[in-house]
Amino acid sequence: MRRAPRDTEESARRITRRGLILGGSMLGFMGVLAGRMRYMQVDQADTFRLLAEENRINIRLIPPARGLIFDRNGVEIAENVQNYRIVIVREDAGDLEQTFAKLRSLVPLSDDDVERALREIRRRSPFVPVTIADQLAWEDVAEVAVNAPALPGVTPEVGLTRHYPLGEDFAHVVGYVGPVSDHDLGKLTNPDPLLQIPKFQIGKVGLEAKSEDLLRGSAGTKRIEVNAGGRVMRELSRQEGQKGADLQLTINTGLQNFVNARLSTESAAAVVMDVNDGDILAIASSPSFDPNLFVRGISIKDYRNLTENDHRPLANKSVQGTYPPGSTFKMVTALAAHEAGVVTAGETIYCGGYKQLGTRRFHCWKRGGHGWVDLHDSLMRSCDVYYYELAERVGIENISKMARKLGIGIRHDLPMSAVAEGLAPTKAWKESRRQESWMVGDSLNASIGQGFVLASPLQLALMTARIATGEGIRPRLVKSIDAVEQPILTDGPIGISPTTLKQVQKAMYSVSNSRRGTAYRARLLPEEYKMAGKTGTSQVRSVVVNNKTVPWEQRDHALFVCFAPYDKPRIAVSVVVEHGGGGSTAAAPVARDIVARALHGSLPPMDVFPSGERDKIAEIWENMPLRRDDTDGTGNDRA
Amino acid sequence: MSYLEYRVQTVPTGLSKILHLNWGLVLLLTAVSSVGFLMLYSVAGGSLQPWAEPQMKRFALGMVGMLVIAIVPIYFWRNVAALAYGASVLLLVAVELIGTTGMGAQRWIDIGFMRLQPSELMKITLVMFLAAYYDWLDIRKVSRVFWVILPVIIILLPTFLVLRQPDLGTAILLVAGGGLVMFAAGVHWAYFAAVIGAGVGLVTAVFQSRGTAWQLIKDYQYRRIDTFLDPESDPLGAGYHITQSKIALGSGGWTGRGFMQGTQSRLNFLPEKHTDFIFTTLAEEFGFVGAASLLTLYALIIVFCLASAMTNKDRFASLLTIGIAATFFLFFAVNMSMVMGLAPVVGVPLPLVSYGGSAMLVLLAAFGLVQSAHVHRPRGRS
Repeated sequence: MRRAPRDTEESARRITRRGLILGGSMLGFMGVLAGRMRYMQVDQADTFRLLAEENRINIRLIPPARGLIFDRNGVEIAENVQNYRIVIVREDAGDLEQTFAKLRSLVPLSDDDVERALREIRRRSPFVPVTIADQLAWEDVAEVAVNAPALPGVTPEVGLTRHYPLGEDFAHVVGYVGPVSDHDLGKLTNPDPLLQIPKFQIGKVGLEAKSEDLLRGSAGTKRIEVNAGGRVMRELSRQEGQKGADLQLTINTGLQNFVNARLSTESAAAVVMDVNDGDILAIASSPSFDPNLFVRGISIKDYRNLTENDHRPLANKSVQGTYPPGSTFKMVTALAAHEAGVVTAGETIYCGGYKQLGTRRFHCWKRGGHGWVDLHDSLMRSCDVYYYELAERVGIENISKMARKLGIGIRHDLPMSAVAEGLAPTKAWKESRRQESWMVGDSLNASIGQGFVLASPLQLALMTARIATGEGIRPRLVKSIDAVEQPILTDGPIGISPTTLKQVQKAMYSVSNSRRGTAYRARLLPEEYKMAGKTGTSQVRSVVVNNKTVPWEQRDHALFVCFAPYDKPRIAVSVVVEHGGGGSTAAAPVARDIVARALHGSLPPMDVFPSGERDKIAEIWENMPLRRDDTDGTGNDRA
Repeated sequence: MSYLEYRVQTVPTGLSKILHLNWGLVLLLTAVSSVGFLMLYSVAGGSLQPWAEPQMKRFALGMVGMLVIAIVPIYFWRNVAALAYGASVLLLVAVELIGTTGMGAQRWIDIGFMRLQPSELMKITLVMFLAAYYDWLDIRKVSRVFWVILPVIIILLPTFLVLRQPDLGTAILLVAGGGLVMFAAGVHWAYFAAVIGAGVGLVTAVFQSRGTAWQLIKDYQYRRIDTFLDPESDPLGAGYHITQSKIALGSGGWTGRGFMQGTQSRLNFLPEKHTDFIFTTLAEEFGFVGAASLLTLYALIIVFCLASAMTNKDRFASLLTIGIAATFFLFFAVNMSMVMGLAPVVGVPLPLVSYGGSAMLVLLAAFGLVQSAHVHRPRGRS
């Protein structure tokens, strides 16, 4: 086709013109693009870079190792052991059903476990490891490892979990840990981020709970790079956390084991305390339970067994249980009256078997009466009328003041659960609590540790320790934190004249060592083991009962407190046997065995006991659940 | 007046044509493609596989194709333009009937050794056919109504077929590319108001058809447009692409994080990191300096093409060159606008850089046509 040259010229001109317009527009638009690029990359770079970092960096917490708990000689009470579990990564696993079938032939897996795992697997991304079973035995894990080729995507893993090697012995002292619950989180206003870790273990009961802040430690962090799917690509940096503090207790595990074994199946509690520094050498409540059950997650059946037992294994009777102290309270009344000057040590009071107060008669436990008794005899033979008389003279306010001086009716600061305050009643207390005025009869009841008076075994041991030394020592359970020795706390001398104190101590010595003493049968022969004690029998019901014929839960509580050795006191012991019957028969022998074991430092030879008792003692010891290899670490117990 | 009426003896012949190639343009194309190889190597985590090496092979193949096309006289290409257009339209119809569905859209025909994407081919053959049309058309009739409606139909026929696939990005490129050729050919200003009007009408139709039985584009495309209009509304869902793309691009700063140090693309926060969103990786790793450099290379390619077109006295050759330059421009302008959050995510690759066989081969073939126009341009007496 031909075209006129004019047209060609026109065409070229037009194309040039429009081409320039086009080119100009294109370059203009590219300028806009460059401007936008500059704006985003230079002016807003910081903002976007921050967003990019947020995108890719996740901060993960590294759980710290929980602090360990040792006894005074360095024996482990609570440790962290390796916990084996098996996890599955779906993207590496083949046929899930086949894998699970194979697994079930190797390790014990319940239908629930499998179903829960499968649900979890479906919910999570395919590369997220899902725990199939936790807390497995090493043998099971080994089985899985050996069969690894048949189990694609399944791997054994190891973590840390709490373990209590001494089992029942420390269930009430140390308590146990368990996974954080929503309930736990709800109680905290500003919870530690660690608690958000699934199945993170925190203290639930006892020392584990009370010293949680010390034991937990602080979380480490690692910054990890994740991709858009959340898969971990690499670790960028790591900041190690702070391991929890190690606690050393004042308790002696050998003695604790002995006390626990000696209490055995009785519903009872016992406390052994160093009279000089307040160290709690043993503190047991029986029956006990295996705290490891709770760490693993207790089964409904096991839990029901614990809660439905009428001996209440879950209750920590040593600090939480409060009992009418019975005759063990007579030292308090005696000290109050003698210090107030309303009676002298040599003064005798006639016991005719009862004291008449208006129209009421207050009976002595001995119907026929004790005749004329002074301080020494009244305590040794546990005459009630003597103390009725003292109470009438001195009044309840003085008795209560003395009780609090000796540690009853005061909440002691121990890192254990539900430490009870006990009760040293006053007139004001009765008026505010019961809207009734205080009666003289109430004072009389209180004088022999009945009525409103309540004390825990811990308080009774403390009372005895303070009587033994005259020092207001405070109980101590934690000896050192991360090897830093904790201070020994004392309220100073309790301010009782040494003469009065000596007379009471002497009377207590006679309780255990005089033929007429109520605890004479539960005595120790060697001079350096001589005990000074006091029996107590406190009524559960307000009428006198025959302990042999009534049902167990209506029998009297048996109590015994003592310190030893008499010359140079080292330990104070309290024993309460719920519904045990009489203090001299049910509680005193237990305390005697404990004193012998504590002072001897290991199982004492039979010749420390009176010959008539040896067979009975040997039989009891033979049958009690004692770890035979136990002797105190130092050989010579410093207690 | 046709090419043969110029002084033939001034046009190079045989292998000496190679010497008369627009070598500056060849160099620029190689430079841009090399940026592509580098980025594909980087997004693969420092590996030639799976993207960089195949891309290099295709580039080599494409360069050979470009030389072959460049050596063939330009009048041959003018003569086959209508045929090429027709064939492309038929292929689009074929895709509709027998094509393979990938990513929810029907785009490919498997022809044995490679998957052919006829829509890629269409972008060039449309420009070829329009250039040939205006070369044939009496220059005085260019703005007459009938002669304007005809090219509009030529443009809208493949556009409609491409929209059916559906491929919004290519449809926009076809309409805009064709429109730019018409503009360059000298169609009266008034018509562009009409063309733009038609475009606006189409967009309106697309929105109006939403939710009805005759809905023109797919739901995911609607969502992408919604997201573009308000990306914050759904940052982890449909807005994810734009949000992540902007984060990657913006975090580059002046000089970037360094080669292979881009975190956003490497950690898969970026979607389609080796295709449509490869520019963000470049921007993240090389910063503003790197991104602006690539833009400059693109600008130079446009300038080289336009300069060649304006100095070419052959009407077909000029229009073809301008058309290809315009199409090339549209490619990267739409892609960059998209990743910078200036345009909706429509699925247009970054030319010569994004991974993709058809696009690379077709683009190099198009530049082969530009080279042919350049080599065979009428020379004045000298």
